[in-house]
Amino acid sequence: METESEHTHNGNDWKLLQPVIATRGSFYYLAMCFLAFTSVAFFAWLRQLRYGLGVTGLNVPVYWGFYITNFVFFIGISHAGTLISAILRLCHAEWRRSITRAAEVITVLVLFFGVGSVIMDLGRPDRALNVLRSPNFRSPLLWDVCSISVYLTASTIYLLLPLIPDIAILRDHGARPGFLYRLLALGWRSTAKQKRILNTAISVMAVLVIPIAVSVHTVVSWVFAMTVQPMWHSSIFGPYFVVGAIFSGIASLIVAMALIRRIYFLEEYLKPVHFNNLGLLLLVMALLWFYFTFAEYITTFYGSDPSHLVVFYSKLTGRYALPFWIMFVTCFVIPVSILGRRKTRTITGTVVASLSVNVGMWLERFTIVVPTLSQPRLPWAKGNYSPTWVEIGITVGFGATFMFLYMLFTKFFPIVSIWEVQEGRTQAVPEVVTRVRSYLPGETLPSP
Amino acid sequence: MPRWGMVIDLAKCTACQACVVACQTENNVPCVPPEEAARGRIISWISLLPQLEGEYPRLSMRPTPVPCVHCDNPPCIRVCPVRATALNPEGIVRQIFPRCIGCRYCTNACPYTRRMFNWYKPEFPGEFAEALNPDVSVRPKGVVEKCTLCHHRLQKARDQARAQNRELAEGEYVPACVEICPAGAMHFGDLDDPNSTVATLARGRRAFRLLEELGTNPKVIYLAQGEWSGGDGERAHA
Repeated sequence: METESEHTHNGNDWKLLQPVIATRGSFYYLAMCFLAFTSVAFFAWLRQLRYGLGVTGLNVPVYWGFYITNFVFFIGISHAGTLISAILRLCHAEWRRSITRAAEVITVLVLFFGVGSVIMDLGRPDRALNVLRSPNFRSPLLWDVCSISVYLTASTIYLLLPLIPDIAILRDHGARPGFLYRLLALGWRSTAKQKRILNTAISVMAVLVIPIAVSVHTVVSWVFAMTVQPMWHSSIFGPYFVVGAIFSGIASLIVAMALIRRIYFLEEYLKPVHFNNLGLLLLVMALLWFYFTFAEYITTFYGSDPSHLVVFYSKLTGRYALPFWIMFVTCFVIPVSILGRRKTRTITGTVVASLSVNVGMWLERFTIVVPTLSQPRLPWAKGNYSPTWVEIGITVGFGATFMFLYMLFTKFFPIVSIWEVQEGRTQAVPEVVTRVRSYLPGETLPSP
Repeated sequence: MPRWGMVIDLAKCTACQACVVACQTENNVPCVPPEEAARGRIISWISLLPQLEGEYPRLSMRPTPVPCVHCDNPPCIRVCPVRATALNPEGIVRQIFPRCIGCRYCTNACPYTRRMFNWYKPEFPGEFAEALNPDVSVRPKGVVEKCTLCHHRLQKARDQARAQNRELAEGEYVPACVEICPAGAMHFGDLDDPNSTVATLARGRRAFRLLEELGTNPKVIYLAQGEWSGGDGERAHA
């Protein structure tokens, strides 16, 4: 096989190019399936544009529902990538090499759906650019606009930089469309100087994206926390949302990795150890999430402000008890009992835990947004909320479109970074040996 | 500069809802069909809201007309991303309908839930369409609207006073709800003028504001007998 001979000297990593070069028929079926949901969402959106937000289940006083829940959820998922990959890179966690790309793509793609959810929620999407024409910098929503656009820019750069050498491999391989790869490879020739610049740039971006990512979800939480509404007005919301975001982000990454591994036969690259390590991270986040949730609810309960207690009890025992307790089970009980034991921290185990966490985290966002709105301070405006097919269609359509775009990405670029895996093989192994030696007594420190 | 405010005497209010109807016609507030109203889509800038007091069988209801309370420190204007709502120098919380993007952040930040959203294109069936007030713009679908204290009346009254080269006198500018109130329960005027009716009433022992503890400092002041504080019911009777 031509591809094999060409890349034998690279340690048989041709397998990583396979999804880009050849496409199986099942890809098209799956793509059609996803696009069918996309068109449902598109149709629902057209209806909403034509008739107004009245076609949704929103009302007075529940002015925000599924769309804002999705907004917070998608922005949360986006923490999968950039943040995790940046932290792992900076920590020199060598097991990261085959998973960073898969993570970074999630970030960039899912951000569009976060922003899209807000656009869906606007009564006048045609006037959305008013946020640039007459911005009010006192509004947390404008802080969101700023931090999310910075985050999108930074994480796109952070995705593209490590892609350059791989794009050059594709270019040299003659992958089509040739012009795309020639353009995006930016004249990469693997010279020592280019490598040095690239590594510096990646390190700089890795440091930069961490505070940006943290700020993004903090600001998202402030949309709620800056108001005086019961159970929104909480100083814990910033870190609570960041923890939740990383939590759901890792969960999405695990699911994506399991699918990639299965569909593209990359068992050699995404090994049980990757799932084990990410599973442990997920376990830590589950415990942190529980800590924050507990702290938040016990404070409300003990303080017993009546207007807060109304919302509190509607979640624990009232109308929103079902989503609340499902959230508790899926965010805490299931993941901790699966991930807490080595025996169940298998690939299947971590995937089940991750799916459960994703369901739970969506419900968490829902139980933050809706119960507060449905029970305002003054007693006469109580309300209820149940979504219509429009919101459900757009929500499902967004999920499907995201998966479609993710799939499409794997058809244009290798989803496991080829050069980073190769670098791991040739450089990192001796490096790690020297590094570990340097920790031990009687050894001199190697120059970095 | 005046600081416009309203005083509503709950002891005089007969719950006739004339203020609500007057507001609807004065401000071209759209008619929401009953099935949509049942889904919580009703738009009314001033609503007569029942406040239940006590427990059965010693239950009493205090009807309370609630317009936008025009806070001096409004939580809604801070959060608007496009500056579509602002506190004008005379204390009126206004809304710029052509700029509003319909994000409904202000409706959620308002602790009084007195901001309304146009879920559909506004409807004015039959004669209503011919009875639209030319002084007030009809809002398009997808924007937030709210009580403006009949700001167009202020502009008209001020223009008239200016044409006659004199100051605006008390009682020349009153919103439609205050003008119509047959029980004389509603008063309107300059809260900063110590001699005005509203300022005198607002100083009285019966005066209170809704959710005073939030520090929003509303300029709609209620007068009531009894010990209802205007907070939520549970606290008042705890």
